[in-house]
Amino acid sequence: MQPSARTSTFPRLAFRPGRSRERSSRPFLRFVLRRFGALILLALGITVVAFVLTSVVPGDPAAANLGQQAINDPAAVAAFNHHYGLDKPLPEQYGIYLWHLLHGDLGQSEQNHDAVTHDLSQAIPATAELALFSIFVAVIVGMSLGVLAAVRRNKATDHVLRVVSLGGVSMPTFWIALVALYVFFFRLNWLPGTGRLDAVVLPPPHHTGLYTLDALLSGQWGTFTNAFRHLVLPGCVLAAYNIGLLTRYTRSAVLEVISNDYVRAARAKGLPARIVVPRHVLRAALPGIVTVIGLAFANVMTGSVLVEYVFSWPGIGQYAFHSATTLDLPAIMGVSLFVAVVYVVVNFLVDVLYGVLDARLRVQ
Amino acid sequence: MTAGAPAPSAPIRLRLWQRRRPLSRAVGLRHPLTLVGLTIAGAWIVIAIFAPWIAPYDPVTDTTLPALHAPSWHYLFGTDELGRDVLSRTLFGARTTIPLGLLLVGVSLLIGSTLGAIAGYFGGPIDGLVMRLTDLVFAFPAIILAMVTTAALGRGIQNAVIALIVVSWPSYARVVRGLVRQLSQSEYVLSARLLGASARRALVRDVLPNVAGPVLVLATLDLGNAILLLSGLSFLGLGPQPPKPEWGLSVAEGVNYFQYWWVGTFPGLAIFTVVLAFNFLGDSLRDRLDPQSSWSRGGDD
Repeated sequence: MQPSARTSTFPRLAFRPGRSRERSSRPFLRFVLRRFGALILLALGITVVAFVLTSVVPGDPAAANLGQQAINDPAAVAAFNHHYGLDKPLPEQYGIYLWHLLHGDLGQSEQNHDAVTHDLSQAIPATAELALFSIFVAVIVGMSLGVLAAVRRNKATDHVLRVVSLGGVSMPTFWIALVALYVFFFRLNWLPGTGRLDAVVLPPPHHTGLYTLDALLSGQWGTFTNAFRHLVLPGCVLAAYNIGLLTRYTRSAVLEVISNDYVRAARAKGLPARIVVPRHVLRAALPGIVTVIGLAFANVMTGSVLVEYVFSWPGIGQYAFHSATTLDLPAIMGVSLFVAVVYVVVNFLVDVLYGVLDARLRVQ
Repeated sequence: MTAGAPAPSAPIRLRLWQRRRPLSRAVGLRHPLTLVGLTIAGAWIVIAIFAPWIAPYDPVTDTTLPALHAPSWHYLFGTDELGRDVLSRTLFGARTTIPLGLLLVGVSLLIGSTLGAIAGYFGGPIDGLVMRLTDLVFAFPAIILAMVTTAALGRGIQNAVIALIVVSWPSYARVVRGLVRQLSQSEYVLSARLLGASARRALVRDVLPNVAGPVLVLATLDLGNAILLLSGLSFLGLGPQPPKPEWGLSVAEGVNYFQYWWVGTFPGLAIFTVVLAFNFLGDSLRDRLDPQSSWSRGGDD
């Protein structure tokens, strides 16, 4: 915005003719590139944090990593220390750590002596399936409730939804998981309990690692139903917090646009609410809602540690938990590095999506 | 200041604004959400203080009761697998979680606001450093960073609290920085400076009082989140260790005996009600301080 005396009075109405498409698309590109640069710096920062945390922890990594026999063999210890650069000064160690990282080497788990990357690749699809399903549920339910609350502003529905939304963000995820497991599995037996599939069902052939998708791809209808039924309970439990969050944000985003003149004009010319709300209101409110999805993703990661533990879901959360409780450092660092990088990338994508949805950002 | 005799030239709106309000209304006591929140939170604080006198059994040493007994007149919330009274353990749990939550939020608020105010006021490289630090903390989902920190420091109550302070200070730093930056450019602060007030005086007298409100709202809402995270960590076994009566820990015991629903349900219900109370309070406080995003927008006031 140029704060010239004339335009600053009515900045929104300022008409600037002759702005070509090419000129207005470049600032958006610059915006994306700037965000991307920040992303790279942040990723580097994350590795520094992970590295510093690893090196402040007391203990002898060689002793923890090598077996009982190898630890008595000085050559093996020296070889291990040399491979991970543990005989070098700290800054050099960080360089070596980064180098290993670039080659996809996150070290070895101290528990099962597998490569951490291998363990992660086993766990990621399980969590991805759960997280995607849960965010999908949260977005649909949360946005609908938020729109409903905004449309019925200050009526009984609105007040009830406020309590519902506050209740959603107040529930301890692990507790709700336990209650849901007791009620829907143990008492009513409507849904299966723990795990990704019934014990008698074989996993579908591996395409993506997401069992529901893989089952569909290979046409195993029975496996799909089974995997989906296993997904429902943990997915909905995980969605509870985000439903509360999205209801609130959607409500205020919708309220911000719903009193605009163009909405009133659309209603005045006779368009019914069922057309005005999705087309005029929700479309304008969408950028404000999309920003919350980055936050929702962080909540899903936090929640999945707790939910996966209760539901014995073999994902990232449970892996993180097991490595934290056994103080398996390479594994913890691997998980947190992975989660942080994914989280940062999600936020980057959200920023870009925001730019795509909100045309004003592209022009300025 | 008072509404007794407004200056004749004062516009009518000004008089409306300065009308003396009953205290209960000013504090928001007539708001049902505030009332419910205050009642529940107050009840839990009373319980936390008087737990040894209210609880029917000792939460740790009374292990001679029948194990896994369903709720009954003798044991209102039932007994757990070691023959301890769940009601007593739930009541005593308030003595761990509530003070720790308050401590946690208090320390994070202090650290975060100080850093935020410094960053916002001085700007430049200090500002850049503090903000990049908050970016970095925000890059990790809270529980993962807290888990890593507790793993690095060793498990236990003290380390769980430290870990959560590491996770929670940045939100205060960001809010305070933004407000200080915005307010120190505002006209009334500039005119105070122009009239000869020192930077320090302007910051303390003119800027900080306006920062206090939003920070208070944030702290109240954050208290709920802090308690959720704290009990999450102890649910995972990274916080207080057994046999301490602690809610998250008790829910974790309930997972192993989940057919006996009362073992985990009641301590979890305790967490839920405490967090809900603080969220009710924080949300209605936000309404009063920020009518823009108010839930009852266009409503009674």
